[in-house]
Amino acid sequence: MKILIKGGRVIDPAHGIDGQFDLLIDNGRISKLDKNLAADGAEVIDAQGKLVTPGLIDLHVHLRDPGQEYKEDIISGTRAAVAGGFTAVACMPNTKPVNDNASVTRYILDKAAAAGFCHVLPVGAITQGSKGEALAEMGDMKEAGCVGFSDDGHPVTSGELMRRALEYARPFGMPIIAHSEDLDLVGQGVMNEGFVATELGLKGIPWVSEAAPIARDVMLAEFTGGHLHVAHVSCAAAVEIIRAAKKRGVRVTAEVTPHHFTLTDEAVRGYDTNAKMNPPLRGAEDVAAMRAGLADGTIDAIATDHAPHHIDEKNVEFNIAYNGIVGLETALPLTLRLVDDGVLSISDAIAKLTINPARVLGLDSGTLEVGRVADVTIIDPQLKWTVDAQKLVSKSKNTPFDGWKMVGAATHTIVAGQIRYQR
Amino acid sequence: MTFRHKHILGIEQLSKEDIGFILDTADSFKEINSREIKKVPTLRGKTIINLFFEASTRTRTSFEIAGKRLSADTINITASSSSVVKGETLEDTAKNIEAMRPDIIVMRHAASGACDYLAKRVDCSIINAGDGAHEHPSQALLDMLTIRQHKGRIEGLKVAIVGDITHSRVARSNLYGLTRMGAEVRLAGPGTMMPPGIERLGAKVYHDMNQAIEGADVVMMLRIQLERQGKTLLPTLREYAKFYGLNTQNLQLAAPDALVMHPGPVNRGVELSSYVADGIQSVILDQVENGVAVRMALLYLVLGGEQAE
Repeated sequence: MKILIKGGRVIDPAHGIDGQFDLLIDNGRISKLDKNLAADGAEVIDAQGKLVTPGLIDLHVHLRDPGQEYKEDIISGTRAAVAGGFTAVACMPNTKPVNDNASVTRYILDKAAAAGFCHVLPVGAITQGSKGEALAEMGDMKEAGCVGFSDDGHPVTSGELMRRALEYARPFGMPIIAHSEDLDLVGQGVMNEGFVATELGLKGIPWVSEAAPIARDVMLAEFTGGHLHVAHVSCAAAVEIIRAAKKRGVRVTAEVTPHHFTLTDEAVRGYDTNAKMNPPLRGAEDVAAMRAGLADGTIDAIATDHAPHHIDEKNVEFNIAYNGIVGLETALPLTLRLVDDGVLSISDAIAKLTINPARVLGLDSGTLEVGRVADVTIIDPQLKWTVDAQKLVSKSKNTPFDGWKMVGAATHTIVAGQIRYQR
Repeated sequence: MTFRHKHILGIEQLSKEDIGFILDTADSFKEINSREIKKVPTLRGKTIINLFFEASTRTRTSFEIAGKRLSADTINITASSSSVVKGETLEDTAKNIEAMRPDIIVMRHAASGACDYLAKRVDCSIINAGDGAHEHPSQALLDMLTIRQHKGRIEGLKVAIVGDITHSRVARSNLYGLTRMGAEVRLAGPGTMMPPGIERLGAKVYHDMNQAIEGADVVMMLRIQLERQGKTLLPTLREYAKFYGLNTQNLQLAAPDALVMHPGPVNRGVELSSYVADGIQSVILDQVENGVAVRMALLYLVLGGEQAE
């Protein structure tokens, strides 16, 4: 089967390509990229006025499967992914059971293959049961298809264990993805510590509870030579630590979520549980630091931390509401806002969603190079739409962006040469 | 003036005029409390539910008496553990209670924002009787009524609030109310008990209690809630009393006729020495007495009281 995408603005940041080209997909792979292509029998997509980019890669989602399918499952989650323009998602291991061994990894991959919407890249646990006590079988999980390791949702409290994880994962060429949180400093906190928390009378989570463990882990990466990837950075101090480490040549990469570069803790006012997440939404200066970190390359990638929760888990008092929001279907337009705001060029914005996450995870994707698997996203950067939480493809509707007017959306999501979503 | 608030969720939502009107209304109800027959038919046929998810004797009793003196039917529900333990959500509890058609739910809850949550989901009026560390509006109103009664005004007074500001809903509500009424509010407490940015709400922040109470017209001491402090906010009660307790010596730094206030119950020898708590400057029992009148005013006004009488 052939697909010919004609007349779009092709952006492939990995190769510095940004221009009007036709793209031919044949037999699941990128076949040709050139001007004025023709192909007999090809399905033709008119991409005039649209962007043609490598398929978007989200290196941080929660598919809740196995174990919490009432929130999301691999089918609904990957459907939401392609609706948001993503052709690959890396799913965190905090499932039930935890993805800390090859059999859980295989279950995820088998179910994802059967669902057939997008590539699913399992992230295995660093420690058995994500309990922070003993290393999980990283080699076995890598063989089964894991792309990195994380105890996401739980910090690796022991410095010794974190050191060993970085050392052990290094020869396997795998990143350790850090969920950085000092639980003692977090205490009973439920939102960012600051003026808004003071006014609302909610217990605060200080930024230092995030930054201090990042400082430790960066030093451990420096010490071990392992690859540390810092998940969901949210505070200015963390950006500064990572920036300084990169300058020293430490193998550290980092991601930020669209909500952390878009919203501040002001969104919590009214005790809106859809603004409750971990790390919490922080202050305006932190949002500015996220943007500066994206602009100067300190923050490599944009990841959604897509965290579906059932309405019963959000429709409660703020204190006891679950952390997290869904993000797969709103990430692209929120990222495009960075272009409008002059933070990133369009090419850099696309890189944060394609080649950069691919590099973090060591993937052979994220580009439109001829011969590669044809994961392609076609984006209408002018398309105006309004977020309606109830119409989200994800099973869960927990978004603080309900009712927001967005500009830009994927019109076609092509996974391995197959159109998996069409708007 | 007309009172346009269906709910009393916090002092933050009340204007200077609203507060003055509530205090004037409370003043007029005080007279009822000194009658031999302490009951008027104003809210006859109305049903008020005191829904308390957190232990409280004085606030609940005060609301109950207030309702009864206005001839409302008042029912107390202590939901601290029962329904929650059974897995019932706050929304379910509230909907079930609402199905019994009360006119007002007076609610206390350990979670900040719980009253806002309820007000968005039920049709009856909600009066916040204390939500987490957020607000305790009836307490602030009775405090202001007490100050006005003794000082004749609130505007221009210097009010020092001392103690655990971070965890105090009384401090927040008083800060909103007193600054709105034109008082100067000074906050003092240990570094572990001073929330970030509180000065943006119009307070002056001190860590030396003596500086805060110097020349103050009112010294309001907050209750130290040992069960909430954990083990990291204070070394010992002894040290707290030494640096942040009010005694006959440091009280002399305040204005000679300064009022000593406390929302109660007092930890004697901690926030206040007994000499001060029982001394001539203490208006603690006046606060309790005024609490009934203020709560009568709130119940009356949220039900659109003006027309009723």
